[in-house]
Amino acid sequence: MKTQSLLDRQAVIVLSLLGLAAVLVPVLNVMTAPGSALHISDHLVPLLGKYLSFALLALSVDLIWGFCGILSLGHGAFFALGGYAMGMYLMRQIGPRGVYADPILPDFMVFLNWKDLPWFWYGFDWFPYAAIMVLLVPGALAFVFGWFAFRSRVTGVYLSIITQAMTFALMLAFFRNDMGFGGNNGLTDFKEILGFPLQSESTRIVLFVLSAVALAAGYLLCRWIVTSKLGKVLVAVRDAESRTRFLGYRVEHYKLAVFTVSAMLAGLAGALYVPQVGIINPGEFAPANSIEVVIWVAVGGRGTLAGAILGALVVNAGKTWFTGALPEFWLFALGGLFVFVTLLMPRGILGTAQDAWTRARARLPSRSAPNALPHAAE
Amino acid sequence: MISLRNILQAFVLLLGMATCAYAGPYEDALPKFAADSYSDTEAALGAVAGSGHPLSLSVVEALRDGRLLAANGQIFIREPSGNLLNAVTGQAFGPAPQNLKAVRINNRVRRAVEAAMGGLTLLSSDAGARMDAARAVFRSRDAAALPTLQQAIAKETHADVKQALESARAAILLNQADVSPTDRLAAIASLRSRGDQEAVALLSTLPAGAPPEVAEAASQAAAAIRSRLELWNAAQNVWYGISLGSVLLLAAIGLAITFGTMGVINMAHGEMVMIGAYTTFVVQELIRAYAPGMFGASLFIALPLAFLVAGSIGVLIERTVIRFLYGRPLETLLATWGLSLILQQTVRTIFGPTNREVGTPAWMSGALEVGSLSLTYNRVAIVVFAATVFVTLLLVLRYTSLGLYVRAVTQNRRMAGSMGIRTNRIDALAFGLGSGVAGIAGVALSQIDNVSPNLGQSYIIDSFMVVVFGGVGNLWGTLVGAMTLGVANKLLEPYAGAVLGKIVLLIAIILFIQRRPRGLFALKGRAVEA
Repeated sequence: MKTQSLLDRQAVIVLSLLGLAAVLVPVLNVMTAPGSALHISDHLVPLLGKYLSFALLALSVDLIWGFCGILSLGHGAFFALGGYAMGMYLMRQIGPRGVYADPILPDFMVFLNWKDLPWFWYGFDWFPYAAIMVLLVPGALAFVFGWFAFRSRVTGVYLSIITQAMTFALMLAFFRNDMGFGGNNGLTDFKEILGFPLQSESTRIVLFVLSAVALAAGYLLCRWIVTSKLGKVLVAVRDAESRTRFLGYRVEHYKLAVFTVSAMLAGLAGALYVPQVGIINPGEFAPANSIEVVIWVAVGGRGTLAGAILGALVVNAGKTWFTGALPEFWLFALGGLFVFVTLLMPRGILGTAQDAWTRARARLPSRSAPNALPHAAE
Repeated sequence: MISLRNILQAFVLLLGMATCAYAGPYEDALPKFAADSYSDTEAALGAVAGSGHPLSLSVVEALRDGRLLAANGQIFIREPSGNLLNAVTGQAFGPAPQNLKAVRINNRVRRAVEAAMGGLTLLSSDAGARMDAARAVFRSRDAAALPTLQQAIAKETHADVKQALESARAAILLNQADVSPTDRLAAIASLRSRGDQEAVALLSTLPAGAPPEVAEAASQAAAAIRSRLELWNAAQNVWYGISLGSVLLLAAIGLAITFGTMGVINMAHGEMVMIGAYTTFVVQELIRAYAPGMFGASLFIALPLAFLVAGSIGVLIERTVIRFLYGRPLETLLATWGLSLILQQTVRTIFGPTNREVGTPAWMSGALEVGSLSLTYNRVAIVVFAATVFVTLLLVLRYTSLGLYVRAVTQNRRMAGSMGIRTNRIDALAFGLGSGVAGIAGVALSQIDNVSPNLGQSYIIDSFMVVVFGGVGNLWGTLVGAMTLGVANKLLEPYAGAVLGKIVLLIAIILFIQRRPRGLFALKGRAVEA
């Protein structure tokens, strides 16, 4: 297998589309009249921004599942932890504007009769610290979890199930009021970020653009990982873990590294999600959420990176439409999608399209060898 | 006529005075009721209650209900039927005197009346009433009841009531300063044999001036009772744990079969449990509508039906989806998750999103008392049922040809295929069996949990934990896994609280999997890595 370049045609297309979106959405929102067909309404901007943060989350899952064969059913936990870190910063920014007007304690702590800020809330009023925590907390959890799991060679469905147990345990923990993260209600009622009011249109546009930039950067990072020598080893681990180990690679180190990076990307996605949605609560830890992320990746095309982005956008757009138009059919559609994709379209939209393209090319006099991803094997 | 009546009246009066002449405290006390002063009434009440006179209970009752009447210094009882009795003799009294007035009582007197009643009903002919009275005296520790109590103990024949009476006497003696140390030690011993929380509370109220040996005995008795109570408490928690473990076993055992044979995690397993519960609901609705007399048997009718319904859905799923995904366990996991969403939404569409009422047959309500343990019948039934299901499955896997094939496929699929076992068919049957068992688990769970479309979801993670903890080598792993998790959960609960206990347990399992990645009872050998 020859080394792939960082920017192949797919990467160029993804980056251009993201760049186009980052320009076009603000322009169409601000420049066009509300009645026009091209107009993007004010509530659509944060919605699209939310899709982009989901796409970044899907990208992080594709990095480990598509390229290293680790099916994490707990990536929602890293996403939510990143979101909580951002939420804590936003809570501290409320200051005395809360319902109880306490200059230091967030409303829910006043409500619970707490006298002092718990130690783990220290520093979150300072944005750089919160930003570091957004990456550090999910990364540290993934590192510790992965260090235990990969070292003792927990693989396959066993790994999937303990990741699910992890996010379930975190969900139960965050539902407790004593944890100091707002319990059932989570963190909400945010006012501003870095001094810019969250409700204002310009802040929302900037957040959208930032999401697009973060997604592009995440994509480039993943792209860089999978095209490097590291990426080759990861694919080898995915396809034949024992053989790779016998060749002398420390499989667990590779897995641990990519798992940690992936968790940090998920945390970043959560941090982008929270200010655009305006709330973070323990429901984000629900195991069902994490499984849903996996299906985004499967729909778009596992092991393609671009497919993960595509899948996240398509499925979430579908969800928005369904829950608005036919709410009782959404679960049928989602469930059917799981079955349909795994049975009939195992390579997802992008993989299937690539196959079709390759077949069409093969019928013509061939110019170069196809560069499709090999079929994944467990 | 008139003169005759007067003579009679005079005669009765004379008789009354005559009895007065050589009468005891009862007769002496009665006229005080007529004084219309609360303190006199209370004094009279005390004397009457302590007199042991056969009429004293009627007098106290009448006083409580405002039926004790006074006229001209004489006391009468108006019976609930309206008849007027002379309180001294208990004989019916002719025409009512003109100036008949009820003896008034206030709250202080009312309290005294209650205490006196407790003492007096100690002598009631009804054993239940005596028991209640003994308990009331035990709580009030009213020293005035002591003579009556002695009397009651002397003639008590009922062992339970006698014990209650004795601990009531002990309660009184313990707190009285003028009791000999021997009596007090006997009282402490009696309380120690009673051995409950109330006895501990009572022992701790021992007056400060008690002799050292009495205080010593009391604190020893309290410590002994406390450790005994702790033991019972632990036993109760273990019982809760076993009952939770049985629920987990029922929910997980079908999963263990499908996971063991096919190596796939069936995410729709919880929905099979839910379908079993809804089958119970439908069966009960039909019985209510067409044959209400058979309600007690509804669960027995629902069991085979739930097995069939869930089992056939399982076979259907295997034939239409899972068999195309062999060798790809992670994809199977996703596909079955999708199926679980579809099944949930289907049930929600048909039966609505709210909880459905599944009734409990009469024979399952109530509780079995073992020592200080209270074992509710529905929990007992579930433990017994889980054990039955477990043993049955064990026998099926051990002694039937299907079981032999399933075990062969579990151990080495390709080798089993080479020996002529039709592995596809075994997969379908094993999947059907696992789903059917989940269905009958649903019948059992419908008795202790809400029947809603989300029923399965709440068990699926716990079931996974049981299976990965126990390992898939054999069913014993599932049993050990379920019981360990159930008991550990309930033993942690008093210290850590329900939620934190569960979190601790989840973390413990995650760490345990690091030590033994294939669970407690792992399959060994070459087939494992395949």
